[in-house]
Amino acid sequence: MTKRILAEGNEAVGWGALSAGCKCFFGYPITPQNEVMELLAKELPERGGVFVQSQCETGAINMLYGAAAGGVRAMTSTASPGWALMQEGVSDMAAANLPGVIVVVQRIGPGVQRVEHAQMDYNSVTKGGVGGYKTIVLAPSSVQETHDFMQLAFHLADKYRHPVIVLSEGILGHIIEPLEIKTIDFEPLPEKDWAVAGHGPHRDGKFRELGPSYHPLYDGTYLNYLNAYREKYKAMQSELRYEEYKTRGAKVILVAYGYCARVAKEAVDMARAEGLKAGLLRPITLWPFPSQPLRDKAGRGRKFIAVEDSLGQMVDDVKAAVEGKSEVCLADVTFRHMPSEEGMILPGRLLQEIRRLI
Amino acid sequence: MSETTKNITREVVVEKPLLLRGEEWMDILWDLFCPGCQIPLVGRLIAESLEELGVGSNAIMVGCVGCTGILIASLTMDRVSPAHGRGPDVATALKRVHPDTVVYTVQGDGDCIAIGAGPLIGAMTRAEKITVIMVNNTNYGTTGGQLAPTTLIGQVTSTTPKGRNPDLEGYPVHTAELAATFKGTAYSARGSLHTPAEYQRTKKYIRTAFQKQIEGVGFSFVEVITACAVNWHMTPVKALEWIGEKVVPEFPLGEFKNVTHIK
Repeated sequence: MTKRILAEGNEAVGWGALSAGCKCFFGYPITPQNEVMELLAKELPERGGVFVQSQCETGAINMLYGAAAGGVRAMTSTASPGWALMQEGVSDMAAANLPGVIVVVQRIGPGVQRVEHAQMDYNSVTKGGVGGYKTIVLAPSSVQETHDFMQLAFHLADKYRHPVIVLSEGILGHIIEPLEIKTIDFEPLPEKDWAVAGHGPHRDGKFRELGPSYHPLYDGTYLNYLNAYREKYKAMQSELRYEEYKTRGAKVILVAYGYCARVAKEAVDMARAEGLKAGLLRPITLWPFPSQPLRDKAGRGRKFIAVEDSLGQMVDDVKAAVEGKSEVCLADVTFRHMPSEEGMILPGRLLQEIRRLI
Repeated sequence: MSETTKNITREVVVEKPLLLRGEEWMDILWDLFCPGCQIPLVGRLIAESLEELGVGSNAIMVGCVGCTGILIASLTMDRVSPAHGRGPDVATALKRVHPDTVVYTVQGDGDCIAIGAGPLIGAMTRAEKITVIMVNNTNYGTTGGQLAPTTLIGQVTSTTPKGRNPDLEGYPVHTAELAATFKGTAYSARGSLHTPAEYQRTKKYIRTAFQKQIEGVGFSFVEVITACAVNWHMTPVKALEWIGEKVVPEFPLGEFKNVTHIK
């Protein structure tokens, strides 16, 4: 069934989750993600689903842990300070092989600060938290993509029995665009016979024990357990996704995700109109990061600009990818058009930077 | 202990309820408890109660971090281990996803009312149809006997070397009484295992708590006082006497709330 509506990014999170067959939402109010939970508070119960407003973000992530252990598709959403509180739970989910989707709508930091947009949680989201786990991170840059990536996120979470993060931000969460609500078909996945049900012995005559502990799942040794995770993370590398825009023959390649990728795309068009050979490489998965495609483009005098609404986090991944073969510049939060929290990185400012480099 | 004595002990004295007769490796777990520890008895009471109520293994046990968490791997039913203190959050979701099964947490006092106070109060606020069983041994056992919210005034622990001083560490928290103040709570009681009579009464409390969940009345809570002889630096027998002399006067036993419906 396809339905066309006008929706903001945060609502697209909710519609995408519903299209994916999400049965449970757990969350705590926090700006700028409130529209996600407000939509699901109405829509989920009407579809026989579960909506629980938790006592805090730590509660939400641990409820997600419980629902995932119970074998249903479930999610939570939060903003930056809430994300900080959720990281222990995400680590536990990763350790316990539990699938779930966590949406992080970024806002300015560090600390609690105010509620305006930013991209300041790139490192904490893509590098993992306590215990060194990794998760696939999807970064949409439009309302439609937000909806579509929510479905992809649920699919990948179940495919790898692992949490998946969808990284949004205040601007993307609040822009209004046409949205086509439709269910995307993915490869079929096996039934969750590993989940707990509380209905006596399972079909194999055994009971299930789920938890962030290696015993007795992995032959009883910790190294076997870690090796299993290494294999899992290796397999996740195949989920790499990125978009290239006018990169052929480009002298300067901008690297940006989320709302900054939209700005960068416009800057590329403005530069091309002036005859400046600029292009854009947009990471869609922030982990795995498109290091190889960037490495392939490095050298031969080509320069890179990492565009991100922070003091510079993703830029380190770009630098690591090009292995010193190209100059990597940073267009960061200080490029905003005004000094207050409401400032944005705009295409004109990026054009100046492209002009400077070519 | 000779092999013969061991067999006799297992078969005659400690005949296990069905729910405790799990896989062979589970037996190792019982050796993880210290001499004189009463937490295994809590596992036994849960197993007996669920069997007598006809629930059997149609239940989900949510464990905890700490000594009480060792119980998680010992019962033959589906089990989930949460992070420290988060049992009521995990149980909330499991009950909402599987409303037709019995979902309960078994937590230590630190897990339940120190680090886990938020999840507990959240679950009681929402009147979740789950059962929380809190083991109170007045200290953090696994980590070596530190101050717990339940530590008695004057009680020496490894982080209150001069005894708990109310000016600095406040007063013991009364979780069963606290649970009873919540409207969404259907049942709250505190039992102890220091005498056979109290042991039987505690079993009744646990059974009733599960019964309230099965009837869908509301949240149910049982606090169980257990001996921690090793961290109390006492013999097991002395530890039981100390519960009668010191712990029970601070933590009165009995039912604090028992309603058939919440209005």
